[in-house]
Amino acid sequence: MSAPQTLFEVRRAGPLALLQDAGRFGVRRLGVTQGGPADAHAWAWANQLVGNAWGTTGLEITMGGLELVCRAEAIIAVCGADLGSSLDGEALPLWQGLRVEAGQRLSFQQPVNGLRAYLAVAGGFEAEQVLGSTATVTREGLGGLHGDGQPLQEGDRLARAAGPTGLQPGQRAPADAIIDYRQAPRLALIPGAQVAAFEGSSLYQAFNATWQVDDRADRMGVRLRGPELKCRSGGMISEGIGPGAVQVPPDGQPIALLNDRQTIGGYPRLGALTPLACARLAQCLPGQQVRLQPTSLEQASRAYRAFRSRFGT
Amino acid sequence: MTPALPRIESAGLDGWMVRLFDDIDEANMPWLTALVRQCEASLSDALVDLVPSYTTLLVIFDPLVIAPGDVRQRLQQLLANLEPDDSSAAADVVELPTWYDTRVGPELERIAERAGMSIEQVIEAHSQTEYRVFALGFAPGFAFMGRVAETIACPRLDTPRQRLPAGSVAIAERQTSAYPQVSPGGWNLIGRTPAVLFDRHRDGFSLLRVGDRVRFVPVSQAEFEQLGGNSQPTEARA
Repeated sequence: MSAPQTLFEVRRAGPLALLQDAGRFGVRRLGVTQGGPADAHAWAWANQLVGNAWGTTGLEITMGGLELVCRAEAIIAVCGADLGSSLDGEALPLWQGLRVEAGQRLSFQQPVNGLRAYLAVAGGFEAEQVLGSTATVTREGLGGLHGDGQPLQEGDRLARAAGPTGLQPGQRAPADAIIDYRQAPRLALIPGAQVAAFEGSSLYQAFNATWQVDDRADRMGVRLRGPELKCRSGGMISEGIGPGAVQVPPDGQPIALLNDRQTIGGYPRLGALTPLACARLAQCLPGQQVRLQPTSLEQASRAYRAFRSRFGT
Repeated sequence: MTPALPRIESAGLDGWMVRLFDDIDEANMPWLTALVRQCEASLSDALVDLVPSYTTLLVIFDPLVIAPGDVRQRLQQLLANLEPDDSSAAADVVELPTWYDTRVGPELERIAERAGMSIEQVIEAHSQTEYRVFALGFAPGFAFMGRVAETIACPRLDTPRQRLPAGSVAIAERQTSAYPQVSPGGWNLIGRTPAVLFDRHRDGFSLLRVGDRVRFVPVSQAEFEQLGGNSQPTEARA
């Protein structure tokens, strides 16, 4: 088998550029976390605009600082944050498919609107499957370009996987899919079983206060700063933690747990953010304001089905 | 008022938390193992992940394949007919060869002092107990095992170590474990095992599973090294 053709060469890697498919599933019971795109909304649209199926490996670029040189013609799309991205020095249009040629330079500078940009290429990026997934989880040393969980490094070569290609460029995401991340979002939260253990005034505050995204925020979780939430039950026996769980440690400041969360934990939980709320939170910079909004399981299910119905399976 | 156990609790859009017990107990494990098997059979393709842990089972499903309410109903049926499955109790005990030594287990002295025992007695107490895996978490292949004899139970370090070697065998309160990879950690180190606890290239990936029975078997430094162990000392101070 010949080595796959290089599509992009990494000139500058930046702080955190990670290959991500939909995530690593079926192995949570071994203590292995989920991984996958922190903002599944933008990641899915990037894949969609280049004709890729749901779950195709794309590149998550956090903060910026990434420079790629094209080594072959390809159709790409960048969705999600505006990281001051450019193609040969010209501003790169986001949320649409476009053609790049060999020799062109694609670069991502710093956050202008949002925190994470997603680069998809028609056919997807080539990467080894580790425990059934290419998702990069640095903390666990799993997935990514070399299978060892490392973020992209200068000198890495990204190749195209053998997914279907041939789509024409120029596809655009519909206006309602494009998000202005500078707005303060309302994050939908399905209340959990321990909600009754929180003091009444704390519950009121949880859903009525304005929360500020702390600078302790990464792919494991995002800490929110605001009124101190008081819970009658302290630590619990550790139990599985689902995606989006909002746990409240004794300091009363909630932490929304995202893709790279630990698989078990023992703090009481307010509930769980919906997948789309997690995606939205992942685009918030420290200092940004968010609100929590209770939602029902039925409402959340409907919203998620509507979202997924826009993409192939 | 909280309804009696078992209880099925909300865990977001794609999950249910099945709460079976209130307290940590080895006797919980056959019930959890049975429920894991039943969920696998009943939910098959709609099942995404199962996370058993001490007293609970988190069931994650694909909400595009099955409605949350249907999963809840199936779980209720499974719980109504659940019988304990203790096949793991009949299985072989997993043995973890362990070099107990203050050079790789700097907290042996702390534990001995607290317990009013000699280091040899601490080693004996730790290695003569058969443990059960209650949960995996913290890191891939990290098994929370119990229960450590009350005499040598010891609280976590005030300041966790930033970096400790793979294979470090440790105690926290009445739990014990071995760190699969180099990682930060706040448990008391008492020795080191050459066993590879997690390997992404190996079938099954993790050496230990929830429900397994485990014993730490003392070995000499020479045996430890022969088994592939790295005997570089661990720094005493975090």
